[in-house]
Amino acid sequence: MRPILLKGGRVIDPARGLDLVADVLIVDGKIAGVGPGLGAPDGAETASVTGMVVAPGLIDVHVHLREPGREDAETVATGARAAAAGGFTAVCAMPNTDPVTDNQAAVGFIVKQAAAARAARVYPIGAISVGQRGEQLAEFGEMVGAGAVAVSDDGHPVVSSHLMRTALEYALSFGIPVAEHCEDPGLAGTGVMHAGIVSTRLGLRGIPAAAEEIMVARNVLLAELTGGHTHLCHISTRGSVDLIRWGKARGVNVTAETTPHHFSLTHEACEGYDTNAKMNPPLRTAADVEAVREGLRDGTLDMIATDHAPHHYEAKEREFDDAPFGVVGLETALGLALTELVDGGYLSLPQLIDRMSTMPARVFHLPGGTLQPGTVADLVVFDPASSWVVDPDRFLSKSRNTPFAGRTLRGKVVMTLVGGDRVHVAAT
Amino acid sequence: MTVLSLGKDLLGLEPLSPDQIRLILDTAEPFKEVSERPIKKVPALRGKTIVNLFFEASTRTRISFEFAEKRLSADTVNVAAQGSSVQKGENLVDTARNLEAMRIDMVVVRHPSSGAAKFLAERIRSNVVNGGDGMHEHPTQALLDMLTIRDRMGRLEGLKVCICGDVSHSRVARSNIWGLTKLGAEVAVCGPQTLIPGAVGDLGVTVFRRIEEAIEWADVLNVLRLQLERMKAGYIPSLREYYRVFGVTLERLEHAPRDILILHPGPMNRGVEIDSRVADGPHSVILDQVTNGVAVRMAVLYLLAGGRPELADAAKGTDRGGGA
Repeated sequence: MRPILLKGGRVIDPARGLDLVADVLIVDGKIAGVGPGLGAPDGAETASVTGMVVAPGLIDVHVHLREPGREDAETVATGARAAAAGGFTAVCAMPNTDPVTDNQAAVGFIVKQAAAARAARVYPIGAISVGQRGEQLAEFGEMVGAGAVAVSDDGHPVVSSHLMRTALEYALSFGIPVAEHCEDPGLAGTGVMHAGIVSTRLGLRGIPAAAEEIMVARNVLLAELTGGHTHLCHISTRGSVDLIRWGKARGVNVTAETTPHHFSLTHEACEGYDTNAKMNPPLRTAADVEAVREGLRDGTLDMIATDHAPHHYEAKEREFDDAPFGVVGLETALGLALTELVDGGYLSLPQLIDRMSTMPARVFHLPGGTLQPGTVADLVVFDPASSWVVDPDRFLSKSRNTPFAGRTLRGKVVMTLVGGDRVHVAAT
Repeated sequence: MTVLSLGKDLLGLEPLSPDQIRLILDTAEPFKEVSERPIKKVPALRGKTIVNLFFEASTRTRISFEFAEKRLSADTVNVAAQGSSVQKGENLVDTARNLEAMRIDMVVVRHPSSGAAKFLAERIRSNVVNGGDGMHEHPTQALLDMLTIRDRMGRLEGLKVCICGDVSHSRVARSNIWGLTKLGAEVAVCGPQTLIPGAVGDLGVTVFRRIEEAIEWADVLNVLRLQLERMKAGYIPSLREYYRVFGVTLERLEHAPRDILILHPGPMNRGVEIDSRVADGPHSVILDQVTNGVAVRMAVLYLLAGGRPELADAAKGTDRGGGA
């Protein structure tokens, strides 16, 4: 592999507090140097990236790649390519596949499919419980041995506080986070959107904010009890942000993520029964959106994750009650974050890279997240100035279920490199 | 003069203007008389094909629509597709496309999912009338309620109407709230908080948690049917207690400061939400509602088919006429 010299970009590395115009040299798939006026070694390929941002590749700790089971909606390979197109160099695949990724062989299958894709890295997340049935712990040790980086029963909240306690305790031996979809299923019931004025008008069954907050509070308390690491997925409410802030102030090992749709949209997006705005947790109120943005700003919410949830188009082309929850996110996340959070004045560009790369790498103990010489050359190069219009027909994901079609977003991915390999280059 | 119309579909009362709602009520007036004739038929919709597509059980609404259609001389087909489309493994999109392919003119749809009528309307060229979608709207029921109140009280503006019972799960309640508030009535809801949506106050209605307070306040009570499933789902402890605490009984009405008009969309659970002596008593207009239902539905079908309101009188009067 020829060395690559990226010349003259705005290099941002939040892990080292760097934000300067400089060159980045990549040799043998690793960062070899960062600094102004680097010379190109013999045989190096030089790319001028003036005006572009060069940053550690984005990392998404929460995606659904549907393989095995629903290859019509997404596969590991198409998901990894969609990720690369969105500037992600690594994603973590949730285990709610069919069959469930709840053993070392199933984890190994994801690893094998990911290697063949040659796009973004895909790290499997194993199930907390066998079959995600919430009864018996899955074999964390063997799954970690096969490549799992975390455990979660995402999509099926762990109802039993005893099971969650033992999961947090048992995970301590392997140093992995226990990621939880916070939802009290009894309270959420058969709800299909946020319980509020919009659900009242539309006559749709509501999911109250408390259904999430009760479980956030429980998990913070269980993490305190056990000393385990609870990672709370796709936080959507003001109350949850307050509870996490409270937990962190007490020194509890709690980390949390929120999604681009939860910081961009309110429940009003469900008007007209738009099934592309149906997701779980549901879109909330403007006050919740504000709290989520503030949580990202002050670090209460450590990172942005997409909860990329592809669905075949006909699954969404039906009555709101019967459509599945979920929205694709990999190819719009960076644009939404730049438009809503950076332009909106909530985050600086280095803070955004921190929430989308450095923090996910740190919290999930993944390679990357920095441009420190010697680390893997997982990078994204993007043009922060250019705007584009979301056109789902151009997605590399197999699915098109986005509520952002037609939205103008700022920030275009130019190039994504994984281990020094250009896995995505934007068409010019 | 601008010509007022309803547009392609009647999906609910929320999207309608006060003038559009008044247009329907006023158009219903001349159609009332058709049902009083020995030969109950006018040619206004002759040659029109209407499908009554019912994904949920209904007796009264379906029959009322069917009479309305037949009295307007339309050709009608009833399709009863029981259970939700998913349970049946059938797909509302395919149903819509098949109907469209048969070149029908109008569809009256009832469906257990909120938004289903809109979903259908966006995918076919035919006029769609919402005959009740999930917990969302049941516009023709609210229109017939309003027509009945207007008949008896002479007006809607300034009247105090309280909707009693299971407001959370009720499409009748939502359509009544929109229609009545748009025409200037004051609206309240009353019931146990388990059956009242938390955000209902944001729709501009007052909430009473005790039936005695509602009776003290109201000119009109619209008493909703309490679905028996609500007890099984834990929203109320027992039907017996519901009647004792929230039932509209003769004893409670005797304490009212004024005569109260009693409506009920049916079918009634006598001795649960309403006392038989009230349902059958002098203040009840429950059977007038049923009679008015046919006239209101005739008006809606006539207007959607392009009938001009000023010709409604003529349309019913002659075999040659018909603005449709």
